[in-house]
Amino acid sequence: MAELFEIDNLQIAFRKEDGTPVQIVKGVSFKVKAGQVVALIGESGSGKSTISLATMAYCRPGLHFPGGEVRLHGKDVLAMDPQDQRSIRGNKVAYLAQSAAATFNPAITIGEQVTEAAVLHGTLTQEEANKRAVDLYRALELPDPDRLGKRYPHQVSGGQLQRLMAAMALVSGPDLLVLDEPTTALDVTTQIEVLKAFKKVIKDEGSAAIYVTHDLAVVAQVADHIVVLYSGEIQEQGPTDQIINNPKHPYTKRLMAAVKPTPKAGMGEELDEEHQREIPNVEVKNMTAGYGGIVNGKPAITVLRDINVKIRNSHVVGVIGESGCGKSTLARVIAGLLPAAKGEVFLDGKKLEADLKNRSKQELQKLQFVYQMADTALNPRQVISDILGRPLEFYQGFTGTERREKVAELLRLVELPVEFENRYPSELSGGQKQRINMARALAANPEVMLCDEVTSALDSIVSSNVIKLLKKLRDATGVSFVFISHDLSTVGSFADEIVVLYAGRVVEQGPVDEVLAPPYHPYTRLLISSVPELRVGWLEETMQKREMAVGIARGVEITDTGCPFYNRCPIAIEGTCNVEIAPTREPHPDHFISCHRTMEEISEAENAPQQVLHGFEKAAPKGDKAAAAAL
Amino acid sequence: MQRMVLQRILIGLVTLWVVSVLVFVMTSLLPGDVAAIVLGQSATPETLAAYRAANGLDQPLIFQYFGWLGNMVTGDLGVSKAGGAKISDLISGRLGNTMFLAGLVAIISVPISVGLGLLAAMYPGTWIDRSLTFGTLALISVPDFFIATFAVLVLAVQLGWLPAIANVAPENTFWQMARGIAMPLIVLVIVVAAQMIRMTRAGILNVMNSPYIEMAILKGVKKKRIILRHAFFNTIGPIVNVIALNLAYLVSGVVIVETIFSYPGLAKLMIDGVQTRDLPLVQATAMIFCGTYVILIILADVAAILANPRLRNPK
Repeated sequence: MAELFEIDNLQIAFRKEDGTPVQIVKGVSFKVKAGQVVALIGESGSGKSTISLATMAYCRPGLHFPGGEVRLHGKDVLAMDPQDQRSIRGNKVAYLAQSAAATFNPAITIGEQVTEAAVLHGTLTQEEANKRAVDLYRALELPDPDRLGKRYPHQVSGGQLQRLMAAMALVSGPDLLVLDEPTTALDVTTQIEVLKAFKKVIKDEGSAAIYVTHDLAVVAQVADHIVVLYSGEIQEQGPTDQIINNPKHPYTKRLMAAVKPTPKAGMGEELDEEHQREIPNVEVKNMTAGYGGIVNGKPAITVLRDINVKIRNSHVVGVIGESGCGKSTLARVIAGLLPAAKGEVFLDGKKLEADLKNRSKQELQKLQFVYQMADTALNPRQVISDILGRPLEFYQGFTGTERREKVAELLRLVELPVEFENRYPSELSGGQKQRINMARALAANPEVMLCDEVTSALDSIVSSNVIKLLKKLRDATGVSFVFISHDLSTVGSFADEIVVLYAGRVVEQGPVDEVLAPPYHPYTRLLISSVPELRVGWLEETMQKREMAVGIARGVEITDTGCPFYNRCPIAIEGTCNVEIAPTREPHPDHFISCHRTMEEISEAENAPQQVLHGFEKAAPKGDKAAAAAL
Repeated sequence: MQRMVLQRILIGLVTLWVVSVLVFVMTSLLPGDVAAIVLGQSATPETLAAYRAANGLDQPLIFQYFGWLGNMVTGDLGVSKAGGAKISDLISGRLGNTMFLAGLVAIISVPISVGLGLLAAMYPGTWIDRSLTFGTLALISVPDFFIATFAVLVLAVQLGWLPAIANVAPENTFWQMARGIAMPLIVLVIVVAAQMIRMTRAGILNVMNSPYIEMAILKGVKKKRIILRHAFFNTIGPIVNVIALNLAYLVSGVVIVETIFSYPGLAKLMIDGVQTRDLPLVQATAMIFCGTYVILIILADVAAILANPRLRNPK
């Protein structure tokens, strides 16, 4: 009998303007057996996404298949006519994309999009498909399954959309699922929840899967077999155990080395007292900010409440928290892009105007913002020398030859060749663009750089290089950083101090070694234990702990009274935590934890033997359900 | 959402008011004295003064404006300064003609344009798409009076199929009417359709690059359904706006076409009003044109709001 799915010497190429073909996938072969999950791993540009699309005989505009076969049940799908190829897509082979938010059509209800493939291919009637969709919503633990289909994509959360995409792929009962980085864009806590749901349905449905990712720790949780790709070629393939525990190829070893370490004490930098001054570089005092009209110092939608943060000279303050907790808002308030409703921002001890418009040129120069998406932050119609030259001229008055020399100096500083000055951003790779993005901020000769998720869009090897560069820049220039990220490992490896934000409030802050060591704020502990570890079986172990199950199943609720983390906290005190604002405790100098529990109680809970819970799906109360009922 | 719709209507009313001030001030600035023109040869300083007093022309501009606005709002468009006929009577017949022509053009051009735009978007880069893009670009670039004159030259002078002058009168039979307005109809359809075709095509193609369209392809959805169900619904906003602008153009901007074909429409009436310094007539027609614009744009905005599920179904 033929294999379920087989890729044989697959080649994919594009044609340059002069007509010469350039191969981007160079003869890749692997097999997927029924019920098996095969992971394709590699950094961006390795061709893993392109190969995953080829499973449906699809390639992005401009690409073509010069050779090779893609066999489903022994039949080559590349050789089929377009009609037959179409009848396979969404039917026999189904696809899950990286960003569910972009993949769902905003104008069509969820139900219609989920059931569309099954109905169009004639596998199910509309009623059967609706029924199956509701069953899938239930299996994926989505809230309010009976009415979910009538809603539009913007009405559900990102993590829910990601699971809905799994429902969309599974509705017609495909033989092969193709998952392209389905959890990369998610917060760690959401990622666990989605991974768990994916793993369960893949097992229940008995379908085979191809899982594309650059995250080895995630691969270790889901895959049976791993294929390591580099630049369109297979470097190594084998069972998960062997690749994770005993990699043979040097490239696999390099990938393993770039895996982010589990966040723990001691990973941070030693505080360097050399540049110290009495007055902090930037200080945020009692700040409350949000969106909408401000009445009595309270905005219509409050995003941040009573924030106090100090950024000391040449220090790195990491800001972490799940999406929507107010990380970016904090940076926007400091930069003056969003005037605070209450409280002050000081720069070198001098009070700053809340609104950017009223700040002096020097003040603007000292605070520079680096955006997450270098793609959108850099003007695509300007060459690099203009992008970097403009702030050099505006803030520092460099013109002519001097300006050119400074541009070259900046390029050297961010470790890019000087020849790049004549290139356009589109001619650079993602990591190179992010370097230019940082050089642009450095061109102003700032004192503080506000970095908003600057490594989040990059894969692990590129992102660890960018972090190395940032460390070098801090040592060379003495700039301080506000480093915002949802990635605890990256923050831990770069920051001196960490601020943990939850639902707009600081729940814990202090030096890295204190924050990443017990006693933790219960939320910090949830975050730390949600970071996937590079070992097989970690997901199952973690999900069996009761506190994880509760913390993960429930979502953020913004509350006016009490501790915002109350509904997800394993050690919450009913009648206290949900009513009163938590007191701030200081277990060590400069280390603050906001919690009703004393440090002794927290330590006790941490050291208590982990309660292993069987069948927690039934026992764990669903925060989602309560939220859905309220709608 | 209701708030947004109300907001649009409110903004529309404010726009109309601003327009009324502009129209009034601009027409008052026009050179020439109405009293002198109306009285002509028989003007003496006494008769002029008497005429001005009788018509309120000796009052400060601001009083004149509020008097005019008040009449306008209550539906009294005033009396023509040239001839003394009631302006509402003058306009009603012409308005009917213009609306008849504009309505026919809209009924024909909107479905054709949206259809052809979708067709071009469905097969980008093929000969259908290329000829449509090239043809529409050529037609947009050529001024409407040139297309009109060219149509007269070919269809009326060379071939003799249609009359060169669009003569319509209430006693005409339907066939006579149809033959009469055929020429302006053809020219206007060509002029407005070109732009709408291009915008529909551009709007759809813009959406066709989105990840959710790729997802639809990967679900095995047929091309026709991708365009009509997945892409079109996300393009309605911009398309409706272009349609609204073009329809507004049909009511007000057809001066040239109406003049060339001597079509007895509203625009031609306005031109006549300007020539005879008939200020109340000019003001009334200008307000009708602006009102049409504002109403059509409000309708387009409301349609765009209704077509957007994010605004229709808040979280």
